[in-house]
Amino acid sequence: MAMTSHVLEHQDFSAFMRDGEDGRPSIDLLVKGARCAACLSKIEREITAMPSVSSARLNLTTGKLSVAFERGRDDAGAVLERLDGLGYPATPFDPAKALAAHDAEGRRLSMALGVAAFGAGNAMMFSVPIWAGLFGQELGPATRTLMQWMSAAIAAPCAIYAGMPFFTSAWRSLRKGRANMDVPISIGVILTLLISFVETVLGGADTYFDAAVSLLFLLLIGRWLDHRLRANARSAASDLLAMQAPAAVVVGEGGVEHRTPLDDVRAGDLLLVRPGERIPVDGVIEGGVSELDNALLTGETAPVRAGLNDICRAGALNLTGTLRLRATARSEDSAVAAIARLVEAGAQSRSLYVRLADKAAALYVPVVHSAAAITFLGGWALGLGPREALLRAVAVLIITCPCALGLAVPAVQITASARLFRRGVLVKSGAALERLAEVDHVVFDKTGVLTEGRPRLLDPIPAAIAMAAPLARASAHPLARALSAQAGVSSLAEDVTETPGQGVEGWIAGRRARLGRAGFVGVPGAAPSETELWFGFDDDTKIRFAFADAIRPDAAETIAALRQRGLTVEILSGDLAAPVAKVAAALGIETWRAGLTPAEKSEAIAARGRDGRRVLMVGDGLNDAPALANAHAAMAPGSALDASQNAADLVFSGEGLGAVVAALDVARSARRRALENFAFAALYNLIAAPAAMFGFINPFVAALAMSGSSLAVTLNALRTGRGKTS
Amino acid sequence: MSIFMLLAPLSVMIALVGLGAFWWTLRSGQYDDPMGDASRILIEDPLDRPDAREA
Repeated sequence: MAMTSHVLEHQDFSAFMRDGEDGRPSIDLLVKGARCAACLSKIEREITAMPSVSSARLNLTTGKLSVAFERGRDDAGAVLERLDGLGYPATPFDPAKALAAHDAEGRRLSMALGVAAFGAGNAMMFSVPIWAGLFGQELGPATRTLMQWMSAAIAAPCAIYAGMPFFTSAWRSLRKGRANMDVPISIGVILTLLISFVETVLGGADTYFDAAVSLLFLLLIGRWLDHRLRANARSAASDLLAMQAPAAVVVGEGGVEHRTPLDDVRAGDLLLVRPGERIPVDGVIEGGVSELDNALLTGETAPVRAGLNDICRAGALNLTGTLRLRATARSEDSAVAAIARLVEAGAQSRSLYVRLADKAAALYVPVVHSAAAITFLGGWALGLGPREALLRAVAVLIITCPCALGLAVPAVQITASARLFRRGVLVKSGAALERLAEVDHVVFDKTGVLTEGRPRLLDPIPAAIAMAAPLARASAHPLARALSAQAGVSSLAEDVTETPGQGVEGWIAGRRARLGRAGFVGVPGAAPSETELWFGFDDDTKIRFAFADAIRPDAAETIAALRQRGLTVEILSGDLAAPVAKVAAALGIETWRAGLTPAEKSEAIAARGRDGRRVLMVGDGLNDAPALANAHAAMAPGSALDASQNAADLVFSGEGLGAVVAALDVARSARRRALENFAFAALYNLIAAPAAMFGFINPFVAALAMSGSSLAVTLNALRTGRGKTS
Repeated sequence: MSIFMLLAPLSVMIALVGLGAFWWTLRSGQYDDPMGDASRILIEDPLDRPDAREA
């Protein structure tokens, strides 16, 4: 996304501007690569020092920089240029998306948590004398009732405020005719408060005000962790979206270049696409010659030449020349959109997945509620009296209330995703981890996943490379870049001119030389090829450089590790059969298919699913996106096209494929811990429920049992992902 | 007992002040950028212009 300075300066960013709090125009930028205190101070100091900028503040957690300008001097292009010069490429953020980032729900949950903590602590202060009374210490009935009223005065309002997230969720679920975990929680809390009030009025000993509010406190911790996990994933996803729409450059009247959000590009607009940028919407070339890299669209490795009147598809990478493009479709009607619809269909089928916690709730709710009902009716029938029977039923509800269950899964998942984050793997949802743990078949895309996705020089001859390197450095073409990467430091050729789609020409040590296609360099009779470069000085022998897409160094190791874990491996590629067969043979993978369209890939995955296999898809191209969405779980490398990153559950950065194995191990470990937690919660309830039925539970025991079980579950969650993966 | 009637509400009051402080930190966005705030404290030279702390 790095662009040269003169390009940005004269562009119009007004579509991204919004009015700041005091009427000054401001813009939100997504800054790449700012991760430390030094970056933060450098960026803020440098940007604030600019004359048109009144203030700049970088949020290091989200990577967003808010810049406010002096009135009438909104010079966003200069800021972007300055950032680029500092080494932090940035993208303007859609104002609507930036405002939506304000996390109201998170603040609401944090406040509920704070109130619950306050309520639990202070109600407990009055509970301690009451508990002392339970164990035969001196406490007259009048003092006890006073303590109970004080406890009620603190706990009841706190419980009502802190319980709201549960009450509203339970109400929503009940209106849909379902019962989620929040229904028993809400019933338990409300019933507990009511019964405790009645007991206080009647002068009884058993009131559970502190239990009700500390129950909510523990549950809110789980809820808050879960929200954090989802919010992180959501903001990562919206960053991807913002990056994906790097705003097309529309040429307006008089040649003024407007940076326009992708959604506002209309068919018929004239667009400018510079080398290194992606084609924003489908269009026809009106001027310029270049080469397009379709690797992320179709999986083809070789670039395609593009010239006047050629059709180019959104998502292709423009390599060498500047193109003037007449848009033929809006962003959502572009060829990409057909793929997006396939993605949506896949995502829908995936949303049918039932999460572990919901499965547990479906079992738990009827059991606990019938146990409470039986306690009440049975106790009454056996001659306890309605008040005593009701108290025991409430004790059953409180003691079995799903603190441990509510914490069991979120605590595990937040630990797991934190561990994976440190390894460079971003987990987009907790459900994704659960699905990943169940996988038994792995499908790889070839280009960019098993291979590096960029050409590498075959049979490097140092002398030849050193000769051609000064010219190669002058070109942005992927083959030339591969050549200069191999050469390391070298001088730069002089008077270089690049002929898009042909090659570069320049002077090296006083001799004229050419690097490019066979015909351009002057090799008669050589067939044009997209995987080779020719180099030669005028009137001298020509040298041929051949390139191939190299297999990632740890691919074989990764596949062996997956097999060792009992998974089967397959390749589905959109590339031609020959290169796919070569990679499959090199890695020892027997099952592979080549030449697949995006729909065929997706269908192949669905067919595996119908056979009862749970498929993990690892892919990076736009052509993989539907397959990613359709698979049971999906991973994409950070280099993937954004649409694929959005369709994937997990995104891994870094060079290696080892992250796939690491993620699998952590997911499996998380699943094991979650199941252990459920087993523990079940065991706990098996002991606690009968104890409550037979009247062995008093408020003190309830408070101990609740916090004890929650603590046990949380500590177990912290073990997630320890051991062999670290 | 009368000292209890004085101390109990007093302790609740103090706790309420704490809750109010938490509410204020939450409202003023002090949990919005934990990473940035942790780093900012390490930056030695104060920003040149005081209004750079806004936004």
